[in-house]
Amino acid sequence: MNWFTKTFTSTIGRKVIVALTGLFLCLFLVVHLLGNLQLLANDGGKSFNTYAKFMAESPLIRVVSIGNFAFILLHIIQSVILTMQNRQARPVQYAIVASNASWASRNMGFLGSFILLFIVGHLSQFWWQAKFGAMPTIAIDGVQMKDLYLVVHKAFQNPFIVVFYVLAMGFIGFHLSHGFQSAFQTLGLNHVKYTPLIQKLGLAFCILIPLGYAVIPVMMYLRSM
Amino acid sequence: MNLTLKVWRQKNANSKGELKTYHVKDISPDMSFLEMFDVLNEELLLKGEDPIAFDHDCREGICGMCSMYINGHPHGPEQTTTCQLHMRSFKDGDTIVVEPWRAKAFPVVKDLVVDRSAFDRIIQAGGYISVNTGNAPDANEIPISKEVADAAFNAATCIGCGACVAACKNASAMLFVSAKVAQLSMLPQGQIERKRRVEQMVAKMDEEGFGACTNTGACAAECPKEISLANIAILNREYLIAKATSEYV
Amino acid sequence: MKLDAKIPEGPLAEKWNKHKFNLKLVNPANKRKYEVIVVGTGLAGASAAASLAELGYNVKAFCFQDSPRRAHSIAAQGGINAAKNYQNDGDSVYRLFYDTIKGGDYRAREANVYRLAEVSVNIIDQCVAQGVPFAREYGGLLANRSFGGAQVSRTFYARGQTGQQLLLGAYSAMSRQIAAGKVKMYPRTEMLDLVVHDGKARGIITRNLITGKIERHSAHAVLLCTGGYGNVFFLSTNAMGSNATAAWRAHKKGALFGNPCFTQIHPTCIPVTGDHQSKLTLMSESLRNDGRVWVPKQAGDTRPPYEIPEDERDYFLERKYPSFGNLVPRDVASRNAKYVCDEGRGVGASKLAVYLDFADAIKREGEATIRAKYGNLFDMYEKITGENPYKTPMRIYPAVHYTMGGLWVDYNLMTTIPGLYALGEANFSDHGANRLGASALMQGLADGYFIIPYTLGDYLANIGWNDKISTDHPAFTEAEQAVKHQISTLLSINGKKTVDQFHKELGKIMWDYCGMSRNAEGLKGAKQKIRELREEYWQNVRVGGSNEELNITLEKATRVADFLELSELMVDDALHREESCGGHFREEYQTPDGEALRNDEKFAYVAAWEYKGPNEQAVVHKEDLIFENVKLTQRSYK
Repeated sequence: MNWFTKTFTSTIGRKVIVALTGLFLCLFLVVHLLGNLQLLANDGGKSFNTYAKFMAESPLIRVVSIGNFAFILLHIIQSVILTMQNRQARPVQYAIVASNASWASRNMGFLGSFILLFIVGHLSQFWWQAKFGAMPTIAIDGVQMKDLYLVVHKAFQNPFIVVFYVLAMGFIGFHLSHGFQSAFQTLGLNHVKYTPLIQKLGLAFCILIPLGYAVIPVMMYLRSM
Repeated sequence: MNLTLKVWRQKNANSKGELKTYHVKDISPDMSFLEMFDVLNEELLLKGEDPIAFDHDCREGICGMCSMYINGHPHGPEQTTTCQLHMRSFKDGDTIVVEPWRAKAFPVVKDLVVDRSAFDRIIQAGGYISVNTGNAPDANEIPISKEVADAAFNAATCIGCGACVAACKNASAMLFVSAKVAQLSMLPQGQIERKRRVEQMVAKMDEEGFGACTNTGACAAECPKEISLANIAILNREYLIAKATSEYV
Repeated sequence: MKLDAKIPEGPLAEKWNKHKFNLKLVNPANKRKYEVIVVGTGLAGASAAASLAELGYNVKAFCFQDSPRRAHSIAAQGGINAAKNYQNDGDSVYRLFYDTIKGGDYRAREANVYRLAEVSVNIIDQCVAQGVPFAREYGGLLANRSFGGAQVSRTFYARGQTGQQLLLGAYSAMSRQIAAGKVKMYPRTEMLDLVVHDGKARGIITRNLITGKIERHSAHAVLLCTGGYGNVFFLSTNAMGSNATAAWRAHKKGALFGNPCFTQIHPTCIPVTGDHQSKLTLMSESLRNDGRVWVPKQAGDTRPPYEIPEDERDYFLERKYPSFGNLVPRDVASRNAKYVCDEGRGVGASKLAVYLDFADAIKREGEATIRAKYGNLFDMYEKITGENPYKTPMRIYPAVHYTMGGLWVDYNLMTTIPGLYALGEANFSDHGANRLGASALMQGLADGYFIIPYTLGDYLANIGWNDKISTDHPAFTEAEQAVKHQISTLLSINGKKTVDQFHKELGKIMWDYCGMSRNAEGLKGAKQKIRELREEYWQNVRVGGSNEELNITLEKATRVADFLELSELMVDDALHREESCGGHFREEYQTPDGEALRNDEKFAYVAAWEYKGPNEQAVVHKEDLIFENVKLTQRSYK
């Protein structure tokens, strides 16, 4: 192995990959949320559909989204390898465990697995549909485009789907509650002056972002009633 | 006070162990936890049974030899060493479950005794400053700010007991390794070997079969010497910088 | 037997330099042909193993703990002395030498102590270079404090954990040599005998504490760095595993034992709470800087401390020693605490304690200031006793802490067996009848880092690398057989009393009759009692299990067997030394106002005892102490 592979197959190296990809995904969450909040614009989907069209056609976004998928994959692969290594590090379990650590920090794998499940569902419901499915179309300002807004609107008339989404956002919130600040720690960014700030930011992030996402299906459901 | 103990008994490294139940009577709240074990062992010996093997030495909280996992916590419910845990932390009639440290890198030797030589091997991999006896300049030749000296001291107070590994759900040794790396990387004397040290110590840590740190903080919460989690961030940073910039390929 | 201390000729200040030049050297290329055994990995052992390996010798190091880092040096709190004079307060090598000789009540060798003071400065340099985080001033330079009543600030410290930091420094140096393959480390391995052939030390017999395997190790020289024998008393501030076995078995093989009765009893320990007590915990004596020691005036006063009015309290140290007050030396403070308890004025449930009261200091300086000074000690006290010392006075009582006696060594640290050396607390050499605070760490590291690397080379160069015997040699076979025989005997007795029960009984005898104050009648009785107890031990001790396993009782049993012999020698020594000096206080020899009365005419010598066989009377040899540089005076703290 050369130094590079050695670095990124070490425990710290793998963690760094998880942290870096995790932070990128945090950034993605922000951008994705900003775009999706247009679903609440109350303009019959005009701004949202325009945005969706731009996203689908921009070559830059295409590159970024491939990167995004790759990072999700990397995040998962490294986490799974680490989890397996970590299990092997304690072949015999304790009879009693009374840990002082937070619940989320001890259950990132479980949270992550549920989030993966959600992502698969979410993608097949909207992304797959928009890309490969039979989509209704709409003309906005004389331009014919796919009416993704309608698909979303329909989906969120189903209370089960709304509950599923809200629940998933809860899981993401817990995942972030540990993941956000943990990523900084893994990257070695710990300082008496700035760490308290990062922790506060992490707390705000893990509450506000999932909340922002959860508002969308709830609002759309309420409006459709 | 009267107590029920469930203690891990295992004849040797190769045999299977199990929790066995013992009852101890008339325990004074002033006793230390290990003295309670002394009492039990004296009884067992007179009954012709094998006393429970456990590690201990200084019994004043500094040698780091004692290592019992008590009711789900390394060193028990207080943030201290097992030898400094006193029976007044328990109530009459309590059931106390006592297990050895559990980690692949800390195999059980007998009963509650585990082999922690992996820690020694990590130090041997680089946890030192290479200075032969007699080579030292005057002690005051290199001033070190009080803040740095104090921070280095705080990291250096690690007693190598392994409670961090025992507490961590991943059996990770990062707090132990980071304490030594942080101490030596802060001091001017430690600069020369700074990169090589962290690379070699982390490689050794991985080779010994410890898990990875997932920043749960359980280690620092249980550490009897209150070694800070910030050291792990320092270790991560030192490692990444070393890997990116050192001359060792 | 003629004892030759091999003290170099010439003026005191030049002896060591001259001697170093006169010592023979081993050619660098030949060093790898020599093997050296180091038993014990505390400050002396770890520093010696590291330094010798750095020179190129092949070292085998042994410790009974699971890691060399756990040796009991780690528990030393206060600090380490060095004559650096960084504080510009008039310290010098000569002053450190003088203080140590005087503090030892003139029962140590001038030349050794001077050398100790001389190399003390190198120790600090070495430790700082290793990354030992000593306390520093804001300007970045090293901080010092005054310790144990010294008139200058020469004590270097790392908060209350100086021993830990120094040991980890030596341990790291040794770890580096283990990685380099120059030190082979044997943890969880206990030395059970010394192999002597042709009058020279040739190796050791050990027991692997995990498998029980008895093993033979051969070498050109053996270094015993095995600490003191305070655990003879069962209760002491020593670690549970600290033992005298290596030193004692070497003694039985011909190494003389120096001044065995010189034990130091430390005044500020947390008192015993009951029969279950397994060890005693020391609290730094710096507490006496602000705490006031008192007991009720009335014997049998059972009121809680806050109900006892000021005029019914006896601040006995301040009363008896108006000028030094609560800061009298360790031996004086300890003895006086014992006296008031003997009068029935002790406090607490056991009545074996005196108060150390911080109420005045807290009133004067505020709780915050006191917390800043002693916070960690107060916390430790509260953890152990469950009492809050900010609210109620601490209870303290003296406890055995250090043994100044040990294997007799010459100026080269060699015992009377050629090739066998003793370093650190295991030897008798530098502290006389009483050790000063912060000097134990200094001596351990001086011996290991800066003395043995020179003096050992001289011996090895003289004998040559061919002068070594193989482990198949009959001398090894014989020693191994004896060890195996002792173990199988202990395992086969299967009596009714446990090892700890015997150990506690022995401890009580020693504490009562050979502890803080001693008299001829008590000592004679103690000798008889020890002999009876020893006899009973070999008929009625119970050691369960087998040899071929981790057997915690068997480990203790071999150690206690040795304590049962060593204790008698301590009593013999205490009985023969008809004077009071330092830690040895004979009630028959005191000044009219109850202070220690030395007899320099008759007893200015080292008593080096020779073993004559089981239950035979040991024979004393005398090494006269010649004081050419200091004038012998009586200590006074009035």
